[in-house]
Amino acid sequence: MNPAHEGRAGLAAVFVSVVQRDLLLAVRRRADVLTSFFFFIIVVSLFPLGVGPEPNTLREIAPGVVWVAALLASMLALQRLLASDYADGTLEQLALSAQPLTLLVLAKILAHWLVTGIPLVLIAPLLGLQFDLPVEGLVAMTAGLLLGTPVLSLVGAIGAALTLGVRGAGGLVALLVLPLYIPVLIFGAGAVSAAVSGQSVEGHMSLLAAFLLFSLAAAPWASAAAIRIAVE
Amino acid sequence: MELNIWRFASPQVIYPIAGRMVPVFMALAALFTLAGLYIAFFVAPTDFQQGESYRIIFIHVPAAWMSMLIYLVMAFWCAVGMIMNTRLSFMMALALAPTGAFMTFIALWTGALWGKPTWGTWWVWDARLTSELILLFLYVGFMSLHAAIDDVRRADRAAGLLALVGVVNVPIIYFSVQWWNTLHQGASVSLTRAPSMASTMLAGMLVMTIAAWMYGIAMSLMRLRTIVLEREADSDWVQELFASPACGAKA
Amino acid sequence: MRGQRRLFGDLNFRVPPGEALWVSGPNGSGKTSLLRMLCTLLAPEAGEVRWRGRPVRSLGEAYRAELVYLGHAPAVKDDLSGLENLRFALAQEGRRVSEAALVDALRSFGLAGREDLPARVLSQGQRRRVSLARLLFCGDRPLWILDEPLTALDAQAVELVRALISGHLGRDGLVVLTSHQEVDLSGVKVQQLRMVG
Repeated sequence: MNPAHEGRAGLAAVFVSVVQRDLLLAVRRRADVLTSFFFFIIVVSLFPLGVGPEPNTLREIAPGVVWVAALLASMLALQRLLASDYADGTLEQLALSAQPLTLLVLAKILAHWLVTGIPLVLIAPLLGLQFDLPVEGLVAMTAGLLLGTPVLSLVGAIGAALTLGVRGAGGLVALLVLPLYIPVLIFGAGAVSAAVSGQSVEGHMSLLAAFLLFSLAAAPWASAAAIRIAVE
Repeated sequence: MELNIWRFASPQVIYPIAGRMVPVFMALAALFTLAGLYIAFFVAPTDFQQGESYRIIFIHVPAAWMSMLIYLVMAFWCAVGMIMNTRLSFMMALALAPTGAFMTFIALWTGALWGKPTWGTWWVWDARLTSELILLFLYVGFMSLHAAIDDVRRADRAAGLLALVGVVNVPIIYFSVQWWNTLHQGASVSLTRAPSMASTMLAGMLVMTIAAWMYGIAMSLMRLRTIVLEREADSDWVQELFASPACGAKA
Repeated sequence: MRGQRRLFGDLNFRVPPGEALWVSGPNGSGKTSLLRMLCTLLAPEAGEVRWRGRPVRSLGEAYRAELVYLGHAPAVKDDLSGLENLRFALAQEGRRVSEAALVDALRSFGLAGREDLPARVLSQGQRRRVSLARLLFCGDRPLWILDEPLTALDAQAVELVRALISGHLGRDGLVVLTSHQEVDLSGVKVQQLRMVG
């Protein structure tokens, strides 16, 4: 028997089981998931009330509004990524697993994105309609969110891991993570604006994809390091 | 067996050395500041476009340079601390952070003061000003995270990791903001100075930069001494230091 | 070190196969910290832990594959049933166990009829049992590190854990445990490490 092969098969099974467990927990705690989803919708809906119903203005601010709301909603959701696992000892067990912690963390981030990121991507076009965005804008927004929200979950995981068990973790996470979200905001919102004004969005999308690849490579590793520091 | 060079990595050794160095660097800082300000106000010519108000760059530019440099140095010490597991490196990083944040704040504030007479507005969303603002957030995040964690060792390592994540991200953020800025820039403003800067202007700026270096070193060493004392309060050498009345009074 | 305080120093011990190490001492004497150092969660300020003669820091995942650690926190999820908790805990180690075996394990720990209840409604002792049931499947991991495994357990469950421990030692396994209670491991070799506050 080839031990290396056996180890790899084991790794895939473990990865899947971590994703399954977190998805099951999310189903059992539906209310938590819905909170950040409705938060997103409410924040976006507040802007027309604050700025006024002028369609031209709304169309102009829509990309920024939706993206900033997406940033805030995914940041809000970060508190559930690791905090309960930290509190009940599950994170210790993950850190002691014979499997690489980096991949286990990636599994958790994936599950987290599936329950918090995907709903934002799906509802965003509807919110875009409220702001009278044209179809090209809606497409660019959805595509951009699809590439950008995983980056938010990946980068956010570092902040969530660094603030585990820390006083005032909620506010601190915002302070640590939001500056790192800025590039995604710029190019995500930029893509929508470009699409609305009839320009190509290829550059924006390529950059968002590059951010995704880069954070996919680096963020789980940094989060795992932060978790090891936190469980000490 | 440890190499002899590691002797300097011990807080006990560095404490008195830092104590002797602080006054030297303070004196140098004062000297260079006076010289720099003299050049800035009496030697450097009046700018034909901006008049006298441009003279704020003698503070603004060195502060902006220092703010970025200190962040890099801080991240360097964090990396050393994470890899070599040396306590003193983290203390150095922690001692640098407030000075870095202060320089960033000065750069932003003087930038605003410069902006008002030059462009008629306190703030422009210029790429450099925006990046500087984000740098301030990174400093504040570093210090807040360190302050929020009670266990010193954990605080050191967590904040150290954050500084490293920040240093990787700074170029990405800077590039993004720059790109965003060129896209959104109206007819207005660019911070790029005229290429033919008078050599006295450059000299003044360099002297002021050296002054900022000296000041930064002096302040960090002072802070380092406090941090060392705080963390080593239970150790024998600190107890001895304060047991002998002469030294205690001096410290 | 905890905070600024040195918890213990000059500690030197060796546990051969088939032996248990019972770490005892008052609260705050560093029992848990010692156990966390043994399983690499905590790095000692000075000194090192060796496994089969090699420092555990350098062994990394290879060492972790040989140990089971049950900490103070039982790592039991409130929203999952006892059965699901056990299944996922084992799956995280790469173990696939049949549903019937899982049910048997929980039954032998006195949780018959409660396998499908969410852990939220279980008592402290019952949660502890859910996490201990993992040990039934971990005979192939030579090193067991158990932090207060007997807390909140009734006499019957204590007896069961004792039987598990002596069984493991009989297989030439190693057990390191902390306990306030007097541990009666008759017939097995026990070293006692008494930590003072």
